[in-house]
Amino acid sequence: MDWTVIPRNLPFLLGGLIVSFKLAGLTLALALPLGTVIALGRLSPRKWVYFPASAFVNGLRANPLILIVFWFYFLVPIIIGRPLGDFVSVLIAFVVFYAAYFSEIIRAGIQSVGKGQIMAGYSTGLTYFQTMRYIVLPPALRHMVPLLVTQSIILFQGTTVAFIIGLKEFLHRISLLTETTLRSFELYIFAALVYLAICYSGSALSRRLEARK
Amino acid sequence: MGIQYDFRWSLLWENPYGGWLVNALLVTLHMALISWLFALVIGIVIASFRVCPVKGLRIIGTSYVEVLRNIPFLVQLFFWYFAVPTLLPHAWMVWWNRLPSANYWTAVVALSIYTSTRVAEQIRSGIHTIPEGQYQAALSTGLSYPQMYRYVIIPYAIRVMIPSMTSEFLTIFKNTAFAMVIAVPEVTFTAKRIENWTFQGIEAYTFASLVYIATTLSVITFMAWVERRLHIPGMIKKE
Repeated sequence: MDWTVIPRNLPFLLGGLIVSFKLAGLTLALALPLGTVIALGRLSPRKWVYFPASAFVNGLRANPLILIVFWFYFLVPIIIGRPLGDFVSVLIAFVVFYAAYFSEIIRAGIQSVGKGQIMAGYSTGLTYFQTMRYIVLPPALRHMVPLLVTQSIILFQGTTVAFIIGLKEFLHRISLLTETTLRSFELYIFAALVYLAICYSGSALSRRLEARK
Repeated sequence: MGIQYDFRWSLLWENPYGGWLVNALLVTLHMALISWLFALVIGIVIASFRVCPVKGLRIIGTSYVEVLRNIPFLVQLFFWYFAVPTLLPHAWMVWWNRLPSANYWTAVVALSIYTSTRVAEQIRSGIHTIPEGQYQAALSTGLSYPQMYRYVIIPYAIRVMIPSMTSEFLTIFKNTAFAMVIAVPEVTFTAKRIENWTFQGIEAYTFASLVYIATTLSVITFMAWVERRLHIPGMIKKE
């Protein structure tokens, strides 16, 4: 055992953790709005809106994240005609993939708001978007916050998948160090502890929000 | 617009790719089923630890679940595959690394352990949905504890848990894709390999996606049928 391998490489590893957080944060910021749009699509009475939205959600939820990452890594350069960086193509794949999961949480949250409230909104002369914005979304969001936090933890754990196409996030840097230092036990235990600390605080937060609801 | 792409769908049944894909399908199914069975067994043990009256066991059960579900699966897989063998005596490590299917079985172990935490949580919440009255009614008709479990609680609990165990199977089926990082030749690994060899990524990934979607649909349809068959008339349905 030689644990000094960790302090010696701390700046390198911290840099990786920043990449992981950046990927998770940007995915969250983009997948939430997209998920909201898709959730509204799934709740729409119009068939031509409802069916594509449902197909999108169910199709993505049936596929593993790794495969979705490969799909976009391969497709994006073909569609736009030039390769994008690793970070951007992983980000696109993550946003599309997690939007499907977020949309299910948001849909359940919207459905938890009583029909009477929506009708009351319409009957006071509000438009569809005004009803959503002022009547439905505020209580719905409060309802779904604990679930959204839990899903964000899953999303953060998912950033390790970016390793596969060579993005130098935290796990990738750990793995690079194991090759040069041959200290795989110490390094993977350290990686596990770092993820455990971050994700455990996240789930503690989610539980507290759940209790306060 | 953009780069040209020539489709060549026949590649999916050409030699050697067709054979690879059939093999990949079998590997994925085999791995998912075995890991799911192991996860059920470990999950049941951990769930009973978590509801048992002995405090020590409850602490073990809770820490098992909390630790393992807060560590990303890839980290766990790498830990079992790269870190644990370095702790073994040298001769064992050499023996282990030379096993042709060491990667396959490591993936099975990692998947089973990871999924068992989710199974344990589902079982625990399943047990909580069984009304207290069922236990009391069983005991008051003169059944012993084992009889109560055998004839009242377990038949009830199994039905309550069918939907969540189905979704755990689907999760583990998708998670088998992670095994590609340690070169287990399952569906996603094979699709990527065909893309590397031929640059026909769309065909290969379409095949892989269809495998996952078709399996999801058939498992859901089959389990809905099982659920209807086993439905107890008058049993309160969960919303």
